[in-house]
Amino acid sequence: MNRRLRIGLFGISSAGLTALMLWAVAGLPAFGDYHHRYGTLLKKVAVSERHATNVVTSIVFDYRGFDTMGEELILFTSVMGVALLLRDVREGADRPRDAVVSDALGLVGLAFSAGLLVLGLYVIAHGPITPGGGFQGGVILSAALLLVWLAGSLRSYMRLTPTPYVDLTEGTGVGGFVVTGLVALLIGTPFLHNLLPYGLAGKLSSGGSIPVVNWATGLAVTAAFLLLYNEFLEERSFVIAGKHK
Amino acid sequence: MSYLPYLLAVWIFLVGLFGIVRSRNFIHLVVCLSVAQSATYVLLLSIGYVKGGTAPIFKDVKPGTKAVDPVVQALTLTDIVVAVAVSALLLAFALKAFDHEGSLDPKQVVEMKG
Amino acid sequence: MIPLQAMAIALVAVFAPLVVFTRDIVRLTMAASLYAFSLVVLFLIFQAPDVALSELVVGAVAFPLVIVVAIVMQRGG
Repeated sequence: MNRRLRIGLFGISSAGLTALMLWAVAGLPAFGDYHHRYGTLLKKVAVSERHATNVVTSIVFDYRGFDTMGEELILFTSVMGVALLLRDVREGADRPRDAVVSDALGLVGLAFSAGLLVLGLYVIAHGPITPGGGFQGGVILSAALLLVWLAGSLRSYMRLTPTPYVDLTEGTGVGGFVVTGLVALLIGTPFLHNLLPYGLAGKLSSGGSIPVVNWATGLAVTAAFLLLYNEFLEERSFVIAGKHK
Repeated sequence: MSYLPYLLAVWIFLVGLFGIVRSRNFIHLVVCLSVAQSATYVLLLSIGYVKGGTAPIFKDVKPGTKAVDPVVQALTLTDIVVAVAVSALLLAFALKAFDHEGSLDPKQVVEMKG
Repeated sequence: MIPLQAMAIALVAVFAPLVVFTRDIVRLTMAASLYAFSLVVLFLIFQAPDVALSELVVGAVAFPLVIVVAIVMQRGG
């Protein structure tokens, strides 16, 4: 099937697809006219029930915690897939020296890396209170460590994130989520039931088991992205050294 | 006028799909796939919008003020982070294909040999 | 529909074909990041700060890095 035929076929079928989608869109309520019961109910009761002022985080980690566990398993599996595909037998070969020589870049990277580390921890910790949470803060933390590569050298970055420890952190994060649910199951309550005391709304420890699950997710997301960067950067350095053809 | 965000979602989806069909490079294909995915985020968030509502975070406002729907936001935010990891997996596949065949063109990496 | 929302929608509608029709893959990285930022503005205007934060960190850090490394690996250094 050559390219022109493929694009022509797409043109015809996309006309039908567009018609179907426009018909579906016409059946939706008008923009701004939301009247479903689930969201309205949750907006009313979430803060008084869980004492967590960020209703979105309490939905992600408590009311729909099971879906989030599924998403974390997707993350875990795809990172495992990348590691399987790109992790060839590379032990023993040395990495090329590719240090960045600019002083300004090094200084700025150092300053920003420390700031980003604190920002990432802040965003994870304040998940149940203000916009943030494990997912966003985890990616920020991984960016803080990636800056070491960007403003320094690959060797320092690799020494900072050794693969066995990062693997362990990711497993701890995903497993921590599942164990929190299983503990509730062992006591006799449903899976992922909120067990710990709720605390005061607006404080860092509010929400019961939401902070526990939040930090586990933060650890898992940070480690998953660090593993992704590890795999891709190792491959790149080997291609540059000419050992890959 | 009040259906404009939904039309935007349809437009983005079709544009992304067109990019996938017409693409000559695997990396370009993965980026177009992520554009098509972003159409679902826009659609979900527009369904949850309440006219005159604020963000569903009740730290400084009293619980009970008019706010947009939090459930669709919860669905979207985990989806965005996980979609990047899946795109990285797709790029790893593309690179393995490049190692074997020597090109990133979808037309040339077609048959399985061996 | 207030003009701010209409403008954000128009911005996203313009950037999406821009990403698709970019041929050169180095420029594609920049175009993908710009598209992610326009989506961040749209999400903020739709009163979704959590989602906007998510898209911001992903579109600025993880996605461009993965694409750039893929490009470098393709070119062999």
